Amino acid sequence: MTTAPAKAGWRFRQPSVIPGFGLTLGFSLAYLTLIILIPLSGLVWRSAALGWADFWAIAIDRRTLNALRISFGTAFLAAVVNVVFGTVVAWVLVRYRFPGRRIADAMVDLPFALPTAVAGIALTTLYAPNGWIGQLLMPLGIKVAYTPLGIVVALVFIGLPFVVRTVQPIMEEIDKEVEEAAATLGASRFQIITRVLFPGLAPAIITGFSLAFARGVGEYGSVIFIAGNLPFKSEIAPLLIVIRLEEYNYEAATAIAAIMLALSFLMLLVVNLVQTWSRKRYG
Amino acid sequence: MEVRVVNVRKEFERFPALHDVSLDIRSGELIALLGPSGSGKTTLLRLIAGLERPTKGAIFFGDEDASQKSIQERNVGFVFQHYALFRHMTVADNIGFGLKVRHGAARPSAQEIRRRALELLDLVQLSGLEKRYPAQLSGGQRQRVALARAMAIEPKVLLLDEPFGALDAQVRRELRRWLREIHDRTGHTTVFVTHDQEEALELADRVVVMSQGRIEQVGTADDIYDTPNSPFVYSFIGESSSLPVKVENGEIWIADRPIGLQAPHAPSGEAVLHFRPHDVELLDGCSGCIAGTVAASRRVAGTRRVELEIGGQRQRVEIELPVDHPAAQKSRVAFRPRRWKLFPAA
Repeated sequence: MTTAPAKAGWRFRQPSVIPGFGLTLGFSLAYLTLIILIPLSGLVWRSAALGWADFWAIAIDRRTLNALRISFGTAFLAAVVNVVFGTVVAWVLVRYRFPGRRIADAMVDLPFALPTAVAGIALTTLYAPNGWIGQLLMPLGIKVAYTPLGIVVALVFIGLPFVVRTVQPIMEEIDKEVEEAAATLGASRFQIITRVLFPGLAPAIITGFSLAFARGVGEYGSVIFIAGNLPFKSEIAPLLIVIRLEEYNYEAATAIAAIMLALSFLMLLVVNLVQTWSRKRYG
Repeated sequence: MEVRVVNVRKEFERFPALHDVSLDIRSGELIALLGPSGSGKTTLLRLIAGLERPTKGAIFFGDEDASQKSIQERNVGFVFQHYALFRHMTVADNIGFGLKVRHGAARPSAQEIRRRALELLDLVQLSGLEKRYPAQLSGGQRQRVALARAMAIEPKVLLLDEPFGALDAQVRRELRRWLREIHDRTGHTTVFVTHDQEEALELADRVVVMSQGRIEQVGTADDIYDTPNSPFVYSFIGESSSLPVKVENGEIWIADRPIGLQAPHAPSGEAVLHFRPHDVELLDGCSGCIAGTVAASRRVAGTRRVELEIGGQRQRVEIELPVDHPAAQKSRVAFRPRRWKLFPAA
């Protein structure tokens, strides 16, 4: 199937007979540079003005470290929760026909459309100690609003559509015959799901995870309402950046931003490598 | 394992796909379900597999009533037209899947499963490809893997749903011969569905011809081709021509002329005469023959196919002539079918 010599390494993919390769590639690069690369390098440039020693001091400052830990930790937890329940939601939407399915399907997108501040305020009202859900959890000793748990709740809300919308189309493509084949070979329903269907969905689930995670790391609007924003406890990194900006401490703000950028890039890179690997295997 | 289908009826949302079908499949037999699309052949196969449940009737494997069992318990090997391989598993894992999902003592050890997989891979002539993924195989290779996977569970019956339908003609012929060999070597009772009559006649011990949810005829290739028992089988299998005729006192007439064919047991009245275009005798004079004006003449591979207009109704029939036969140049040709069959007019 692949006729290219194995050692070809990096080279341009043979352009197709349809013209426009040069034009579209040029446009894409210019566009990416303008929209993403220039602002981000500006960020790195600004924080570089700080000098190594000062930069390092900000980086290992306890408040910075805690904010980063909370940001990445809650985003990770929320993404894990979303992967589990988002996959279940996608499964139900794809597999079953029930009254109101289309409405449920449309509802999944609401977190995309809703202003995040509105989501944050709504969630805070619900989960506050005197809110509808909060007052039920209070006797159990669970505090949601104004704790890192609240941040996770907000990020779960924000991230759900990312998982559902990436997994759903792949799930729809699953060939019914593959399931039937597994059944004739003696696999139980549970074995079919865990051994046949789920591995096929893995690449889509990983993509959904990384999108939900990335969104969670960058989320600001909904979180600041529910988090309580106590330094060292429930203060997220984006908020810390805003605080530094309000103090006119631009260098510190850009330094934290640059660290976030590097960490996010690293994690997305790892996720992408896992993706590529699984694509290669599963064709 | 002997399989008996007893008075099975299947409806899909009130629409009947199979009407009271009964069929006995002998142990070790290779049998083909042949029919046009919508004839119910795939439905029958899926009912035997347990992928569908009959609306009425029962299916027996040996003396056991299999229709009460789930798909998992039936232990059938099913091969799909589009392979249905597990694309995230290697070829060896695909083949071993049916053994790996067994529980407790029934599950062989990992080494045993691997050994079996390699053995089957050898049987389907794909040794050395065990580490490949399905995406890295050609269509013909994928179908072989699918067959090996189905055979790994030692199935009671092997069921193949248009197994070569997605492959090109060359590979198809090759796999056909190969499937016959495998069948002769392993002796699994095998049922396969096809709409390709050449495939069915060449490959199967017996052919089941189906149409509109019913079995039209069951028999060997010779039975089906030489003594079709219905107009449908006559026209569906091989080339055939037909003419409306009249029977009077055991003689066959077209319009107002007897054509020299006797049908002593046929009731008098309207009927339809069927014959094979190549199985005709050309005549010079015409006292008791079918004569017609040549309407068209086409060269088809080794023969010449001539279309004739017969009688005042200008009924068209096709006959085949040797390429160099002088009759092809004439404007009128007279002939008489050598072998033929009469069916009552519809």
